[in-house]
Amino acid sequence: MSRRTLVHLIGLAVLLCLPVLADLSGEPFLVNVSSRVLIYALAAVSLDLILGYGAMVSFGHGAFFGIGAYVVGILTHHAFNAEDIPFLPGDWVGTTMALVQWPLAIIVSGVFALVIGALSLRTRGVYFIMITLAFAQMLYYFMISLPNYGGEDGLNLWERSTLGPLDLYDEWTFYYVCLIALLGFLFLTRRIVTSRFGMVIRGCQQNETRMRALGFPTYRYKLTAFVIAGMGAGLAGALAANHTEFVGPGLMHWTRSGEIMVMVILGGMGTLFGPVLGAATLLVMEEVLIHYTEHWMVILGPFLLFVVLFARRGIYGWLVGGEKHDD
Amino acid sequence: MTSALIFEQTLNGLQHGLMLFLMAAGLTLIFGIMNMINLAHGSLYMAGAYVTATAAAASGSFAIGVVTGMVAAGITGAALEWLALRKLYARDHLDQVLATFGVILTFNELTKIIWGAQALFMSAPDWLSGTVEIIPGVPYPAYRLFIIGVGLGVAVLLRHLIVKTRLGMLIRAGATNREMVGALGVDIDRLYTVVFGIGAMLAGLAGAMAGPVLAIEVGMGERILILTFVVIIIGGIGSVRGALVGALLVGMVDTFGRAFMPLIMRAFLEPAAADSVGASVSSVSIYILMAIVLIVRPRGLFQAYGN
Amino acid sequence: MKRFGVLAAAAVIGGMACAPAMAADAVKIGMITTLSGGGASLGIDIRDGFELALKQKGGKLGGVATELQVVDDARKVENAKQIATRMIKRDDVDVVTGIVWSNLAMAVVPSVTRAGKFYISPNAGPSALAGKNCDANYFNVAWQNDNLHEGMGQYVTDQGFKSVYLMAPNYPAGKDALAGFKRFYKGKVAGEVYTKLGQVDYAAEIANLRAASPDAVFFFLPGGMGINFVKQYAQSGLTKDVPLFGPAFSFDEGILKAVGDSAIGTFNTSQYSHDLDNAENKAFVKAFMDAYGRKPSLYASQGYDAALLLDSAIAKVGGNVGDADAFRAALKAADFKSVRGAFKFGSNHHPIQDIYVRKVVKEGDGVTNQLVGKVFTAHADAYAKECKM
Repeated sequence: MSRRTLVHLIGLAVLLCLPVLADLSGEPFLVNVSSRVLIYALAAVSLDLILGYGAMVSFGHGAFFGIGAYVVGILTHHAFNAEDIPFLPGDWVGTTMALVQWPLAIIVSGVFALVIGALSLRTRGVYFIMITLAFAQMLYYFMISLPNYGGEDGLNLWERSTLGPLDLYDEWTFYYVCLIALLGFLFLTRRIVTSRFGMVIRGCQQNETRMRALGFPTYRYKLTAFVIAGMGAGLAGALAANHTEFVGPGLMHWTRSGEIMVMVILGGMGTLFGPVLGAATLLVMEEVLIHYTEHWMVILGPFLLFVVLFARRGIYGWLVGGEKHDD
Repeated sequence: MTSALIFEQTLNGLQHGLMLFLMAAGLTLIFGIMNMINLAHGSLYMAGAYVTATAAAASGSFAIGVVTGMVAAGITGAALEWLALRKLYARDHLDQVLATFGVILTFNELTKIIWGAQALFMSAPDWLSGTVEIIPGVPYPAYRLFIIGVGLGVAVLLRHLIVKTRLGMLIRAGATNREMVGALGVDIDRLYTVVFGIGAMLAGLAGAMAGPVLAIEVGMGERILILTFVVIIIGGIGSVRGALVGALLVGMVDTFGRAFMPLIMRAFLEPAAADSVGASVSSVSIYILMAIVLIVRPRGLFQAYGN
Repeated sequence: MKRFGVLAAAAVIGGMACAPAMAADAVKIGMITTLSGGGASLGIDIRDGFELALKQKGGKLGGVATELQVVDDARKVENAKQIATRMIKRDDVDVVTGIVWSNLAMAVVPSVTRAGKFYISPNAGPSALAGKNCDANYFNVAWQNDNLHEGMGQYVTDQGFKSVYLMAPNYPAGKDALAGFKRFYKGKVAGEVYTKLGQVDYAAEIANLRAASPDAVFFFLPGGMGINFVKQYAQSGLTKDVPLFGPAFSFDEGILKAVGDSAIGTFNTSQYSHDLDNAENKAFVKAFMDAYGRKPSLYASQGYDAALLLDSAIAKVGGNVGDADAFRAALKAADFKSVRGAFKFGSNHHPIQDIYVRKVVKEGDGVTNQLVGKVFTAHADAYAKECKM
């Protein structure tokens, strides 16, 4: 068994048993924190798909996260008020059914990713970073000034989604739902990056001109990856809305996109599992430090600098040791 | 809407743009020559503002304050480059973003520890605190005219520096081919530190200039940072000329958007909705501008010296 | 958590001496507030005010050992929500308080009250929580968001201004502010402008404003935005001809220090002022200045009053805060001496209080607020009738 397989198995075991461990250690509240980690891990993995494999450094990933959350928020809002959705023709009503809300969150995020990606992918390098940021900022200011859905105040989710017989208010249930979503997405992205499609994306990272010369329509490949990543973030957003029971424009702010990016790099980009570790590290550090000092950023800031300067391959790279990039 | 108002708004756009130029010039140089994304540029701006306000209050002199603030920002920038950031030149943009994001967090919190959470006070010197009637009936704040003067002065100086001096020649050469410059016996490390220091000084100057107009508070750096990035992206990375054009474009579009967008919207919508929609559109106007520029010209308006 | 430990220890030692028999358990209070990042000074003021009261009472509110836990929300909704969940589920606090911002309050308060805990708001008072979504376990000891704007609308009308230019950021609180002002202002609106949230430069707006030539300007630009605007407005030379009016949120003592002389001659409305002439306030101002070396802002007074309110209610129920009905009635009675003078709760648990007008004047090297009059006596908010409780 290679060291990497061992790391994966331990990681999986920890994730599966975490609620039990939390209960045994007398800190059942940890389950709630862990659900948040899983949700951000999902968003970070989705970013890693384009950032780590396709070298598409999106600084606007928070936008898709926010859109997914807003879809759930808006549907719940109208369901709670038992009214039609005003901006849709006909008499569509709100709902709290997860089987409607979540797929819709994924689809709507995907549509936005398609439009934003189609325009942004005309540029590359730092220009790409900034144009994705610009689109996210546009959505941010749009949501701030939209009074119907709370504007800057955001929307309260008066009711979590309903998922068949499951009670999502139960911490354990919610944790395992998030875990299934994360593992499912990890499985999917893993299949993608090892498929022929994934090879083309990774080829673009190294030399896009050559890939084009080989006859691959690279733009279309990259756009597809961008849309899949957007959809993943949308699902994470839908879960986040349920977790905090609140949606607001803050979800789309550029610092949020920055945090997701930090999680990816901290954990190790281009590894898919690394971002999960990155999300856990960043959120747990914040959670712990905040209790010791209000000046916790003085510790977090230099820590990030240190990681970049001396631990280049992220936590995952450090854990799995010498092996190079994920196959 | 009178022509006097349009003239006044043009001055406002010019002033806003030149302020952004002070920031953008340094950022684009660092970007163009070292290929380095420096998110901490806004922190240097903040450092400049805080030190200027403190020095001006202690000495009672605006000029001493500005010089101290510039020097402090320059030294801080050069030290930061020497201690940590130079190790990042060879890395990809992502590492740079993460590392300098860490620097932002550190600077913000250090500033809060040193100066406290309350905003700092600083006023314009007496001889600049009045208004000047450039055209009859439109008194314009003298201090804003002063900013316009400083901005234009810096633009001229920078052009001279880049086109006429040996340092400028090295900067242009360094942007084109750093190995070659190194091979010719130039101490490339020192060149980088100097360029970083100049960029930091300009950011410090921008911060010092902003002091009497804006709130000197933690977080002021990030607000202008994003705008500055928009400017250099529009202008084309690495090009100081591009930074100037981009800054003026952003300054004008932003100012005129805020000034006239609600009026324009009133032609289509009822007043209450027009005010609100107009405000929303104008708050994203510069992002729309940037997106359009990039969709038409994916590498910005101007090319850097190297390319 | 260190702070928590020390206070708890002090409280326990103090508590052993004379704790009422039926309340052996300490009262646990969770404070979620903004201590880092933008707007941290408001949270720090609230915390300092609250802790001052707690210290004066020897670590015991209502004579019962009190554990205060203060956690920074960094002005992020998710953090606030997470902290609240932890306080409720793990630490089992009795009362939550501290939130500065309306949007954070809107997200956190329902989950606190739904869990059967009490929430005392030392600052934010969004209209939804005062009206439609009011709750028996939610008490606001500061104001409903519109109160100070309404006061200014009345004052500007009383002063005979006929044409006023209005300005606020383009977000719900901004729109509520202008609506609140217009509820009591009877003159003409010369212009109504919504600026970008977090905007730093107001040159374009000031030029438009000058062109509209109003009699006066009413603006609601809290925090750094207000500092920027007031400075730039003074530089444009307009202050003399077109006076500025606003709520106290742009004129607290911290902001005035940063704005300096530019603010002289402006007017603002507040429910509190450090120069209010009553014995409680004089003692409070002195104690606050001794402890922290600065004048208390309205936020500090609200934090202090929140602690006094709890002190009175806990004493009334003899420390048995577990008896929710009795504790609620004790809170509702508001049987404490507020530093702002007369204070009582309306039917929706929001204050009925006097609103004052203050003028910014020179004082020594700096500037400060000076009371010039009272605009409302026993003013209630406009949403109470929507509250079914």
